[in-house]
Amino acid sequence: MENVTPAAPTPDPATVLDRTGLDALIRELAARGYTVVGPTERNGAVVLAELAGADELPWGVGTDTDAGRYRTTARADGAAFAHSAGPQPWKRFLHPPRVREWSAERTDQELVFRAETSPAPSYAFLGVRPCDLRAIAVQDRVLAYGARPDSAYTARRRGAFIVAAECTEPGAACFCVSAGGGPAAGPGYDLVLTEVAEPGDHRFWARAGSERGAEVLAVLPGRHADSRTVNAARTAVDAARDRMGRSLPDVDLHALMAGSRGSAHWDDIAQRCLTCGNCTLVCPTCYCTTSEEVTDLTGDHAERWRRWDSCFDLDFSYLHGGPVRSTGADRYRQWLTHKLGTWHDQFGSSGCVGCGRCVVWCPVGIDLTKEIPVFAAERAESAAATGTAPEPRTAAPEHDGGLA
Amino acid sequence: MATAATPAPPPDAARRPSLAVWKLASCDGCQLTLLDCEDELLALAERIDIAHFPEMSRRSVDGPYDVSLVEGSVTTAADAERIREIRAVSRHLVAIGACATAGGIQALRDFADIDEFVSVVYARPEYIDTLARATPAAAHVPVDFELRGCPIDRRQLLEVIGAFLAGRRPQIPSHSVCFECKARGTTCVTVAQGTPCLGPITHAGCGALCPAYDRGCYGCFGPKPDADLPALLPLLRRDGMDAPAVTRFLRTFNATAPGFAVPDGPGDDEPDREAAP
Repeated sequence: MENVTPAAPTPDPATVLDRTGLDALIRELAARGYTVVGPTERNGAVVLAELAGADELPWGVGTDTDAGRYRTTARADGAAFAHSAGPQPWKRFLHPPRVREWSAERTDQELVFRAETSPAPSYAFLGVRPCDLRAIAVQDRVLAYGARPDSAYTARRRGAFIVAAECTEPGAACFCVSAGGGPAAGPGYDLVLTEVAEPGDHRFWARAGSERGAEVLAVLPGRHADSRTVNAARTAVDAARDRMGRSLPDVDLHALMAGSRGSAHWDDIAQRCLTCGNCTLVCPTCYCTTSEEVTDLTGDHAERWRRWDSCFDLDFSYLHGGPVRSTGADRYRQWLTHKLGTWHDQFGSSGCVGCGRCVVWCPVGIDLTKEIPVFAAERAESAAATGTAPEPRTAAPEHDGGLA
Repeated sequence: MATAATPAPPPDAARRPSLAVWKLASCDGCQLTLLDCEDELLALAERIDIAHFPEMSRRSVDGPYDVSLVEGSVTTAADAERIREIRAVSRHLVAIGACATAGGIQALRDFADIDEFVSVVYARPEYIDTLARATPAAAHVPVDFELRGCPIDRRQLLEVIGAFLAGRRPQIPSHSVCFECKARGTTCVTVAQGTPCLGPITHAGCGALCPAYDRGCYGCFGPKPDADLPALLPLLRRDGMDAPAVTRFLRTFNATAPGFAVPDGPGDDEPDREAAP
């Protein structure tokens, strides 16, 4: 899709934007017909919402997170993009909670089915963190690259303009580096910003990642990149790499999950798990849906809606006679094994980008970075007892992000 | 666009299915939800013969009925007999609301001595003829569908009636309220504000109304099928609820629903006893 077309060489655009430049970016995107969505503070959280101007960004709002806990904090530096992953993933816009797929009308003569034809909204996402950029690429592989691409997703995705914001402030629940990513933005953006929140000179170093990104950048007011800005930006991103609050153990998670199917530790997790589904609903890569067919009172009009579902819902695995995964242990195991293990077999990458949302937004604070080492220790112990070597790292390397 | 032949109409299409609305011990809020369907009432009356609904009309047609909506819980011996009679004249029986599905707020009597209540509350206790417990319809007769809520949700009621008319299964998900918060984009009040919330163990259906207004869910739709209260208790305690407060939080409209049973919880006559962890 067009948003990863390599940037055409442009005649030396201004690439250092100040707050006015950022405001101009939002207005330029709106003028080009995009609905601009980005972070803003609401009810004690940095949420994703429609933005009319840069004033609505969460200037000076930081986040203090832990397992099952999220609070906003005040930042002396006034940074706009120094908050970690909030309560909503971007899938909310690309793969919405509810989508009508078709409708049908019955007349005296016939039944007429109509595919949903309402045009997909055209979004510009401002402030997509590198972990979330990777998450979008993961969902691309699931929803856009399969044998039957999802039309609702691809229509939204194709139109989306992505402005990434590199990470300079990881949260306590972040572990993107050990999940194969990092605080620097990978491929898949139209523009990328790196914030330099220096007193008196709060600025954003911008680069284009696509032709249309370069076009937008070319008309923004700003100044040319200077080495001080570039160095400060690179230093901040490099420093973020070493400040991840959490990490996954350096083992082959694909093999570990396959080998831990019979572990008693799933029951221990299930003792704490509410099976509420929050982890899957905040996860930026979880994509499962179900269909609902509804009729109106006349019985002459029917619609099929697709809505988010979750492997934590009992009905999700309901087959003849009852749910296949009836216990909390069954369902947590299904989620984590798919996310870290069988996702590789199915889509050629892990399903986890290390954004930390499942850790933070689990009401009881179940933390996969604490649970995985328990399984790893069990496997190491059983390997030692039987004299076999633990599984080598065999997981397929992740292919790069973005739609090819 | 695709077309297909119209399926043959059902054999009794000429006859509108009949609907009866019944009330046991209840506040009337759930049956009034039917009258609240103002925009849909005419379409409903075209498709269905509202044969017995004293709250709406003095006209009453004798049964049997195709669908009965039953509000309220069984609190007297006479009610226990009535619910059997209602079942006998109803092809489908749908229990609506917390009273009919879980006993309702009047089931708080289950935790105390009914004779003591009667002697304290009423000037002439001998006039009172009541059972010691308030029980849902399903404790007495087979029920075809239970629609939760205190009160029930208007859209869900229309969905159940529409599903009945179309001969399909109602789309009433039984997952947690958290699903509805996430679908509408509400930030979790427990995680972001430390507000006690029963949403993770409560049956969806309200559209996550309370958290959208910065309040914790108080469980008026009752427990979801696999509600895990022991996993939630440490959170309620962390967020400032002592044992009696936890007990009060769970004992509102669905107090006797098994999923909301406080482990070793006190009866109301012994409020100072600590609930076990």
